[in-house]
Amino acid sequence: MTNIEKTNSVNSAVRPAMDGVHSVLLDVRGLKMHFPIRQGLLQRVVGYVRAVDDVNFTIQSGETLALVGESGCGKTTTARCILRAYKPTAGEILFRADGDMVDVASVPRAQLRPVRRNMQMIFQDPYASLNPRMTLADIVGEPLLVNGMTNRQQRNDRVAELLRLVGMRSEYMQRYPHAFSGGQRQRIGIARALALHPKLVVCDEAVSALDVSVQAQILNLLLELQSKLGLTYLFVAHDLSVVKHISDRVAVMYVGKLVELAPTARVFSAPKHPYTEALLSAVPIADPRRRSQRIILEGDVADPSNPPSGCYFHPRCRYAIERCRMETPALREIEPGQYAACHRADELTLIGAVTHS
Amino acid sequence: MLEPILTVSNLKTYFFQDEGVVKAVDGASFEVYAGRTLGLVGESGCGKSITARSILRIVDAPGRIVDGSITYCPPNAQPMELTQLPAESRAMREVRGKEIALIFQEPMTSFSAHYTVGNQIVEAIRTHERALNKTQARERAIGLLRQVGVPRPEQRLDMYSFQLSGGLRQRAMIAMALACNPKVLIADEPTTALDVTTQAQILELLKSLQQQFNMALILITHDMGVIAEMADDVAVMYLGRVVERGSVDQIFHAPRHPYTRALLRSIPSVTSEPRTKLPTIEGSIPHPYNRPQGCPFHPRCHECIAGVCEQHEPVLVTMNGGSEAVACFLHHREFIETELTEFTK
Repeated sequence: MTNIEKTNSVNSAVRPAMDGVHSVLLDVRGLKMHFPIRQGLLQRVVGYVRAVDDVNFTIQSGETLALVGESGCGKTTTARCILRAYKPTAGEILFRADGDMVDVASVPRAQLRPVRRNMQMIFQDPYASLNPRMTLADIVGEPLLVNGMTNRQQRNDRVAELLRLVGMRSEYMQRYPHAFSGGQRQRIGIARALALHPKLVVCDEAVSALDVSVQAQILNLLLELQSKLGLTYLFVAHDLSVVKHISDRVAVMYVGKLVELAPTARVFSAPKHPYTEALLSAVPIADPRRRSQRIILEGDVADPSNPPSGCYFHPRCRYAIERCRMETPALREIEPGQYAACHRADELTLIGAVTHS
Repeated sequence: MLEPILTVSNLKTYFFQDEGVVKAVDGASFEVYAGRTLGLVGESGCGKSITARSILRIVDAPGRIVDGSITYCPPNAQPMELTQLPAESRAMREVRGKEIALIFQEPMTSFSAHYTVGNQIVEAIRTHERALNKTQARERAIGLLRQVGVPRPEQRLDMYSFQLSGGLRQRAMIAMALACNPKVLIADEPTTALDVTTQAQILELLKSLQQQFNMALILITHDMGVIAEMADDVAVMYLGRVVERGSVDQIFHAPRHPYTRALLRSIPSVTSEPRTKLPTIEGSIPHPYNRPQGCPFHPRCHECIAGVCEQHEPVLVTMNGGSEAVACFLHHREFIETELTEFTK
């Protein structure tokens, strides 16, 4: 009992105060994913890539949490751990499946299938994620077949229903993916993900590979499906402007750690971490009259196998002080519902995305 | 008025395939000036990359330039008509890389993995400047890498492209393109594969290099944000055509073509309200074998004029003394009026 209370108190730091515990769909606690680096004849482990290093967050039922960061920051690894595509090194991933909280990180492999039915993924590249030798009926119907819907007619009816749901004609069922454009393929991928009535849908850069006009269509579709089916999204993306259109809360990652977690509007209007500020200022704004004075970050993202001391961001941070070099900052609540891992979060006034005035 | 350094007019590059002819570029016209940046913007399949390849005459078979002209006017020299030169001729090879250079879209695949980065940059230098010996060329390559902001260039020169990070690889690519001080630099989606923070670094670098050498820059991208940040002039392409051309301010603040307007509306922005529905462009880009009749944009256009747009192809008509142009019947009143009077007769 005391044990549970203890973990709860640790995690209350990252749970939005307004929400009750009962509506938590996913609760990630102290998630770590370290990949060993092996070298030499004996393949000895000489170090670890700390791809995900002590990440905590929760997702409420029906909300969209966006996970943003540069390539190599561990956002995709986090998503894959949640789906148990990787077995995490440490930590708990509590997921509400059929009423009970299940720890996805420790469920035996044999019992994974019922859990996974509730969490599905939409992939980045609609050209690579559909098997060119399968018809739409087979692609969208496969998860149904695997989960015991063996009657073909029944399956095809469900596939037709799903295709209509994502805005495609059900007559296309017997066609192959090559006949469809990128946007349509992404719709097929979404239909497949929704086949089993999942609760959580992980969108890994789901619109990054699409053209802007099509991207807008898919974003709108995702918003519409969410309100229709009560879906919960974990939206992994690097494009902050896309994130703004879909998410309720945003978690910013840098070298395997969360540096900021806050409601979307707060992240964009009043960021509390210098990295978030730099990231926002780097996004080009589609208005030639507002060519921004951008913050150019020097150097590259830190190496997760050999991170810098103290705050991982300090070598690139323009506000860094002596303390940042020595001490690793913890993620703490700065404003109600807004968490940042920065020693100077209270004193700094950072600039968000400039709003229309 | 300045003379353009490069003039592309009515360029048509078709691909002749067994299944039919793909009109990848079907009437592209624009001008490029020294020291200025032309943004070439459009969605995938609109022919922007093929336009760049046509200028350098590196379109792969079965593609061929079938019509139009590409005139290169180097300062203090005779104008050259690039479409008239054989692609493999000495004169064309002199232009390629030395006068007009290209930064490719994917830095990962555009460097060979079998040679060091330095090896490839030195090769580019020595191809065009035969007077330099190996050591001098190497010195020059180190200088170039330093110029584009690669730390420890002496060591990086002997690395392979896969050993460099995405940002460094793109910088090395830029260094190679700059090897012979080109007059025109074509950057084909130079930052698409990069993170926003790295993208900001690379864009800043391109800007400062352009100022330093007074280069003409053709920036090809699908990202309207990058265009707004970088370009002086903009040409919007749709299905192989330039549908609108103008100054960056006019394109973003007074766009004429319905496609430009729709494109601008559908961009998600960091400054808009969170969780709002985006206006979209209906339908998708037509398949190249299946081009619509008349105006290529009419099936997706909200302002389509029945009886005109699906039957006639609008031409690019210049406005405002030639600095702006649009290919849309909404702006070609006279044509519509004559057409409609015939229609009612």
